[in-house]
Amino acid sequence: MSESSHFLFLIALLPFIGALLPGLMIRAGRTACAVFTAVPTALALILLMMLAPAVMRGEVVQAEIEWLPQLGLSASFFLDGLGLLFATMILGVGLLITLYARFYLSGDDPMGQFYTYLLLFQGAMLGIVISGNILLLLIFWELTSLSSFLLIGYWKHLPEGRQGARMALAVTGAGGLAMIGGMLILGDIVGSYELVDILAAGDAIRASEWYLPALILILLGAFTKSAQFPFHFWLPHAMAAPTPVSAYLHSATMVKAGIFLMARMWPVLSGTDAWFYIVATTGLVTMVLGAVIALFKDDLKALLAFSTVSHLGLLTMLLGFGTQAAAVAAVFHIINHLTFKAALFMTAGIVDHETHTRDIKRLGGLRHLMPITFVIGTVTALSMAGIPFFNGFLSKEMMLEEASHTKWLGSYYVIPVFATLGALLSVAYSYRFIVHVFLGPERDDYPHKPHDPPFGMWAAPALLAVLVLVIGIMPVLAEAVVTVAANAVTGADLHPHLKIWHGVTPALYMSVFAIIGGGVLLAVHAPLQRFWNAAPRPEAKEIFEWLVDSVAGLSRRITDISHNGAISRYLAIFVVTSVAVGAAAFFGSGLAAPTRGLLSVPPVIAVGWFMLIVATVSVVMMHHSRFRALVLIGVIGLTISAGFVYLSAPDLALTQISVETVTIMLLLLALHFLPKSTPKESPLGLKIRDGVIAVLAGAGVAGLAYAFMLRDIGTISDFHIANSYEGGGGTNVVNVILVDFRGYDTYGEIIVLGIAGLIIYAVMHALLDGPASRRLRNVDYSQDRSRDRHPLMMVVVTRVLMPLAAMVGLYIFLRGHNEPGGGFVAGLVIAIALLMQYMASGFAWTQARQRIQYHAMIGTGVVIAGLTGIGSWLFGSPFLTSSYTYIHLPPIEEFEVATAMLFDLGVFLTVLGAVMLMLYSLSRIARYAGETVNLEPMDYDPAKTGSGDREEA
Amino acid sequence: MEVLLSLVVGALVAAAIYLMLSRDLLRFLFGLILISNAANLSIFVSGRLISGAPPLIEKGQDFPVGEVANALPQALVLTAIVIGFGLFAFALVLTLRAYRSLGTLDTDEMRVAEPKDPS
Repeated sequence: MSESSHFLFLIALLPFIGALLPGLMIRAGRTACAVFTAVPTALALILLMMLAPAVMRGEVVQAEIEWLPQLGLSASFFLDGLGLLFATMILGVGLLITLYARFYLSGDDPMGQFYTYLLLFQGAMLGIVISGNILLLLIFWELTSLSSFLLIGYWKHLPEGRQGARMALAVTGAGGLAMIGGMLILGDIVGSYELVDILAAGDAIRASEWYLPALILILLGAFTKSAQFPFHFWLPHAMAAPTPVSAYLHSATMVKAGIFLMARMWPVLSGTDAWFYIVATTGLVTMVLGAVIALFKDDLKALLAFSTVSHLGLLTMLLGFGTQAAAVAAVFHIINHLTFKAALFMTAGIVDHETHTRDIKRLGGLRHLMPITFVIGTVTALSMAGIPFFNGFLSKEMMLEEASHTKWLGSYYVIPVFATLGALLSVAYSYRFIVHVFLGPERDDYPHKPHDPPFGMWAAPALLAVLVLVIGIMPVLAEAVVTVAANAVTGADLHPHLKIWHGVTPALYMSVFAIIGGGVLLAVHAPLQRFWNAAPRPEAKEIFEWLVDSVAGLSRRITDISHNGAISRYLAIFVVTSVAVGAAAFFGSGLAAPTRGLLSVPPVIAVGWFMLIVATVSVVMMHHSRFRALVLIGVIGLTISAGFVYLSAPDLALTQISVETVTIMLLLLALHFLPKSTPKESPLGLKIRDGVIAVLAGAGVAGLAYAFMLRDIGTISDFHIANSYEGGGGTNVVNVILVDFRGYDTYGEIIVLGIAGLIIYAVMHALLDGPASRRLRNVDYSQDRSRDRHPLMMVVVTRVLMPLAAMVGLYIFLRGHNEPGGGFVAGLVIAIALLMQYMASGFAWTQARQRIQYHAMIGTGVVIAGLTGIGSWLFGSPFLTSSYTYIHLPPIEEFEVATAMLFDLGVFLTVLGAVMLMLYSLSRIARYAGETVNLEPMDYDPAKTGSGDREEA
Repeated sequence: MEVLLSLVVGALVAAAIYLMLSRDLLRFLFGLILISNAANLSIFVSGRLISGAPPLIEKGQDFPVGEVANALPQALVLTAIVIGFGLFAFALVLTLRAYRSLGTLDTDEMRVAEPKDPS
């Protein structure tokens, strides 16, 4: 990478950095704003010119920074002849447009915004033409779609502006999506996304079986961007943009991006029949069709828009021919089209600006009122017509020459005839631009009395008109640029000679015929137009809108069907899809042979599992009776924990049994406040549907579980088991995994649990404060309640059990690192012990004796666990590295102190706090629902009736 | 054992999904408990079955003697049980709140956010 190649990054970045300026500088005035837009553009252009000599010598300037090498995406830039030509056009015309827009935009238009959008767009375009990586190119490609949306819709108050911008975005954006697919295929074939590699792999790409899909997808991107038939319709609607935008987007930049891409990929994709027939035919159709429509448009900008469509078709056709001479003609015509079309758009803008109309029917006779504009418009329009001594003539001759000997489906006539027709129509609408606008008698009914604009406004088109003449008369001057760009396109070493006189060739005849025929056509324009206006023809905009509406309607219907607001519908769709996908994968791939034998089943265990299945089925059968279902769910949970014991998972058994207890208690508390009546049953049809779905899902999961239980796997558990004692200092591998190996996971999980507890508290709090709480107070629960709220036996037993349970909890916690147990289980055990107090002695009694807030307990737990983790930073170790030592304190036997235990303490506190907060929140409802509170712990005296010594809550 | 355990998991999943497809939220909650049990069990059995060999290291040893149960799924399921409880408690409280505010447990009738007739 040479020193100067770093300029490429700067060139690519300058417009984006510069885009920040106009929005700020508009405060300093409109001229300052325009100047500060021109500065980054001019700087980029200067840097580009410093690189130009090397490129003109035939070198390729490259610069690269690795960006996402995993994806094959690098910020690599690449400047060859083609890139140089386009970059110069983009920056050069960008400068002229900046100048022109300064005078074109009125005081009401937010100019800062305009210039910001313009620079963004310019940066995106520039990025396309100097990208050295096709993924990077795609990014810039999408950026042009987005930024052109902003530019086209710049006049937000005009509905046509918004619609045109939307249409342009939809069409070019969709094409861009297709192109992403094509580019990815290309990168996949080549094995690299670097342009250099791809350009060198043309043969491999054309030989690949994926060539055709890639070609079609990439061409979709190029055709939509360059407004090729049948995607041409967005371009005229984009004319709702301010004229400077049209002049920029539709002469030098946006629509040329597709042409650029086809030229860039020319060495790789062209040269096949598929390329020729798709690209050349599309170009030919577009050229003729665009020219026909242009002839009958009365709006000046619409005329130019369709002529642009036509000329883009011409360029596409030339690239489609696939010959080197055609590529040279295409490159030359790119330059020529830029010069005359940008000037013509600006001329149209001047006419609109001065007369306040763009309707050709209301114009005419402007040559004396606006002599300068007349000269500029005439010179450039004659170039568009392809009249000798104007530059458009040269490249059109080359096009006709190529067309004259190109065979299409065996016929030597199709292409020459249609190419001549296109040229003839082009002459006709160009004449019309001159004759119907500038010539003819002067009128007295212009909406506004016109005169030539200030110098600043006509300077830019005048410069371009001079270029038109200079190249038209001395084509040799353009030879060097055309040569280097054409060499870049074709990858060959060509030495084209650009000259006006080629001798008497078929192209000359065709040209003469077109120039004369065009004049004749203009003479009969009026009757022709009446005929045209009367003839029925499809309106692209309506078709497009119908298409958009029907797609939107379809997606709305799909949404309505799948997303009807019923959770059972979502679940059914989700389960059926999962089962289908799972089944496809299960049956679609070969299953390896089983490698494990079956474990024998002792009778007791078999009975246990069998019971579990019966209980499960019973839940489904008896779910109407809530409490019975609850008991069965308890049975299921306990059986599973027994299964865990048998299957060598003591920690799981402990956890399962305590969680099951807490779950049932929670449900008991809540069921009291939920309806007891049997809810409406689903109709039989739905029940059968649900049953089928459920059985399918069950069978799927069962099959899956069975399939993997019979096969061995390599597992990282071996590492955990081998390092548990030496690395983690604990002999209970499960606990060491939780607090050490996977400590970070556990840390996240206790935070989740804590948050769940807090949210439950908040939800219940909101419920008790809201209108629902009044209803709750008025509910009479006295009927279904035992008279003895707090039975003596239960109160006594729970209070005796409390210290014992706390002791057990502490024991489970302390042994956790080495024996089954640990923070999770200990937290749950203590929570159960506390909960028993609430149940036995009542909410108020227990709450009065409970001094630690559960919220604080959650917070403390999380903080302790976090600090333990951070503590290991002090010793230069990563977060949550555990260290341990052994302490011997007589008379207790030697025990271990590990930082992991501190972490486990955090787990313990969080679990305890969260579980208690959940249960506490639910219990609080009972208070609101009029639960009575005992003054004395054991207050029930059967001798007394009524509630003498009870106090209302 | 493997056959029986697969049947258990399958039965739990089927029952859970049948209950969850119902329009009644309380049945949905019952289904949620069952499906979380089923999920835990199937993660657990993915560590393969072994009887009488918990992943503990004998005193005085650095490594377990002989083959022991796969410890990682156990650790994962342990936290999953606790988190599953958190999820269930949250769902239960939401149900309670919904019932108290809307007066129904029928999901088809809970249409505050998604009215049936969007007019």
